[in-house]
Amino acid sequence: MPELCAPTGRASGPEGGPVATLESVHATIAGTPVLRGVDLRLHAGEVVGLLGPNGSGKSTLLKVLAGMLRPVGGTCRVLGVDVGADGATGRAGRARVRTSITLIGHQPALYPQLELGENLRLVARLTGRDEAHAESALEAVGLAAARHRRADRCSHGMLRRADLARALLTEPQLLLLDEAHAGLDRDSVHLVQVLTDQVRARSGACVLVSHERDQLGPLVDRAVELVDGAPVPVAVVTT
Amino acid sequence: MNGSAGPGEQVRALVGLHLALERRTGEALLVVAPFGAVALLLLPMAVGTDIPLLRQVGPGFYWLVVLLFGVMLTVRHTAEDGPGAQALLAQCGVDPVARAVARVVADAVLLLAFQLVLAPVAVALYDPRIPGWPWLFAVLPLVAIGLAALGALAGAVSSGAPGRALLGPLLVLPLAVPLLLGATQVIEAARYARAPWPWLLLMGLAELLALLATLLTAPSLEETE
Repeated sequence: MPELCAPTGRASGPEGGPVATLESVHATIAGTPVLRGVDLRLHAGEVVGLLGPNGSGKSTLLKVLAGMLRPVGGTCRVLGVDVGADGATGRAGRARVRTSITLIGHQPALYPQLELGENLRLVARLTGRDEAHAESALEAVGLAAARHRRADRCSHGMLRRADLARALLTEPQLLLLDEAHAGLDRDSVHLVQVLTDQVRARSGACVLVSHERDQLGPLVDRAVELVDGAPVPVAVVTT
Repeated sequence: MNGSAGPGEQVRALVGLHLALERRTGEALLVVAPFGAVALLLLPMAVGTDIPLLRQVGPGFYWLVVLLFGVMLTVRHTAEDGPGAQALLAQCGVDPVARAVARVVADAVLLLAFQLVLAPVAVALYDPRIPGWPWLFAVLPLVAIGLAALGALAGAVSSGAPGRALLGPLLVLPLAVPLLLGATQVIEAARYARAPWPWLLLMGLAELLALLATLLTAPSLEETE
C-alpha cells in the first residue's frame, strides 16, 4: 500500500545531526534573484525530494549546497563548513567540502574526449582512490562493455549512468541529483535507489530533484517544493 | 569528510590528461604547427633570395612566429574549459594551484615541441649562422615556460568573458614582449660572441613574474569562473 508521507518538515535521520543547514539563503544568477530566503535542513540518513516548476531555483539550490555557487545572503553550512564564507578560508572550506559532495547535474561531469573508463580513472586518481575501483563502479552501473567508448559518443542515458558510477566511486556524504529520472530507464532508476541507500548507510543525505512528484515518492523521506524561490513542504506518496 | 589526492599527484594526473587530450585532438602540433611553418615561409616570399637579409632577420622572425602562434596555442579553448570538465575538477577537489601548474607544465611541453618542429623549417629557409647555437638550449625552454605561464594567466583572467578568444591574445602579447626581445637578443649576442646573460636574466625575470602572478591569482580567479 502506498503510504502518504506527511509534510511535517520532519528532519530527523538515524544519526540526528544535520548534514546541511540553510538559513535564509539568497542566491542570484547573473544578478537575477533566484533563491529568496531558503531555510532547509538535511539530516543524516535523509533523502529529500525537491520539486518545483522550471526556473524555480532547484538547480541553483543544488549548486549552493555543492559549494559551486556562493549565496549572496544567509548562511549555508554543509558538513560543518560555511560554504558562503568570504576570502581564502571560505575558498579552502568550499574546496574541502566539495570532495564529499557529488552533484549530478543536467550536464554530465565528464571530459567528452575521454573514454568512460578514462574519465572514471581520472576521478579515482584526483581523489586519491584505487583506479581499480573505477572499473568496479562502471561494472556496477552496467557500463563495463562501454568503458572504451568516448563520452562524446555515448547516449544521454549512458552518460547519466557514468555520472552515477562517479558517485559510486567517490562515496559522497551528500548526493545531489538533478532531474533524478532524466535519461534513465527502469533498470537505471534502480541504481538511484542503490546510491541513496549507500549514502544513507554512511549517514549522509541526498537531495533528488524532479518535476514528477509521483516518481520521487518511492525514493524520498519527505519533499519540499520551491515556490517563489523559497521551499514549501509538500506531501509525496511513498511505497 | 572525504580526502583528495595530494597536489603533486593531481598535477601529474592533469599533465597526463592534457597531453593525452593533445594526442587525441592534435590541436597544438597538427593544427597550429603547420600554419606556423607556412608563416615562416612568408618572409622568404617577401624578400626573395636575399640570403644575407634572411640570415639577418630570420631568427627574429622565427621568434615572432613562435610568439604569435604560441599565444594561440596557450589561450586556445581546451577541453578543460567545458562545463562538464569544470564540474568534474571542482567536485574532485582539485587544488586551483595544482590545476594552474599542470596547465603551465603541459603547455610548456607543447610549446617546446612546437618550437622544435619549427626550428628545422627556419634553418632550411633562413640558413642562419649562429656560432653560439647551444644557447638555444636555454632559450627554448625559457620561452616555452614563459608563454605557457602567461597563457594560463590570460586564460584564467578572460575565462567566461564574452570576447575571450580576442581578449586572451591581447592580454598575452604585450606581456610576452620581454620574452621575444630576450630570445632575439640572446641569438644576436651569440652570433657576435657576446655574453647573453643580461638577456637571459631579463627572460628569467619576466617568466618568474608571470609564474608568480599565475600561481598567486589561481585560487581567486577560479572562483570567479
